[in-house]
Amino acid sequence: MVKNTPLSYGFVAITLHWLMAITVIGLFGLGLYMVELTYYDSWYKGSLDLHKSIGITLAAVLVFRILWRVLSVNPKPLGTNSKINQLAHTAHVGMYILLAVIVVAGYLISTADGRPIEVFMLFNVSALDFVFDDQADIAGKVHYYGACILIGFVILHALGALKHHFIDKDKTLTRMITPLKED
Amino acid sequence: MKKLLINTAVSAALVLSASAANAAEYIIDTKGAHAFVNFKIKHLGYSWLHGRFNTFDGEFNYDAEKPNASQIMVNIDTTSLDSNHAERDKHLRGKDFLNVDKYPSATFKSTKITFNDANSGKVTGDFTLHGVTKSITFEIDKIGEGQDPWGGYRVGFEGETSLKLSDYGINYNLGPASTHVDIGLFIEGIRK
Repeated sequence: MVKNTPLSYGFVAITLHWLMAITVIGLFGLGLYMVELTYYDSWYKGSLDLHKSIGITLAAVLVFRILWRVLSVNPKPLGTNSKINQLAHTAHVGMYILLAVIVVAGYLISTADGRPIEVFMLFNVSALDFVFDDQADIAGKVHYYGACILIGFVILHALGALKHHFIDKDKTLTRMITPLKED
Repeated sequence: MKKLLINTAVSAALVLSASAANAAEYIIDTKGAHAFVNFKIKHLGYSWLHGRFNTFDGEFNYDAEKPNASQIMVNIDTTSLDSNHAERDKHLRGKDFLNVDKYPSATFKSTKITFNDANSGKVTGDFTLHGVTKSITFEIDKIGEGQDPWGGYRVGFEGETSLKLSDYGINYNLGPASTHVDIGLFIEGIRK
């Protein structure tokens, strides 16, 4: 089952979900770690290059994921409380928006002087034709605080999933691991 | 009402004359960008990294007849740091280095200027950087002085000094060859 159904997520959505979950949490950790490295740490440069390369890749996957979601059927929530369902939906949309804001801000930091971003030493992503005042500093703050808020959403989202699984005992979490078979 | 007007006029005149007496004779030509605050620091001990502060202002008094009565004041906007690399500039403006959110300006105010001869001398003054004020002394040279082609009168100086970063509470480890930064001041003043 590749595509979503009204009952369950398909393999594409499931793969995208977990791949991005690992990547986003990994990038958050890498980001916090790399800014604490000192000038003479051997990974001072490499960590930053890796963060940017993964970030650009994530941006491309995010575009695909948003398109996939918009063009797919979305499984109906299994929760019975419509207010909580609405909250969960808002959190989902919020995470997509935050991810977009964070990758754009990250791009704007590194391209603030017109330099391109080198992705895995394979190709370059060019800078835009314009810059604005204090671009690197403003984008840097947006990137950092956006990431902190996103991780807050991720924790809320994970707690929600665990509540569904252990308290409500429904299939919200398991259908994000393997697609549910149609009855 | 008339009395009030006269009082106002008199006090305004007094203020004007007082400020004229205290005003610096020269204003540093930042408007026309004939002045530079540059810095350079060794990179790993293998090369020089250059940068500058794009925004600053200042004024000075100088009279070739009595050069030892000279005074200078310069105010540097630390947020305007430019080393031709936005990511590095962001790092240098951040907490590891200049912490410009907390210390948005650096200032220099001379306390004593002594010329050895017509064109060279020593400036002593209080330099404030990263919230730390220290008295520093450095040599200066006069480059030239005279009429400009547009009806004004100008004089220019240069001076350079080496600052130990840790003296100003900047303790990020850039390596043993990069403990000091050289600051160069290249100014042209326009007589008011």
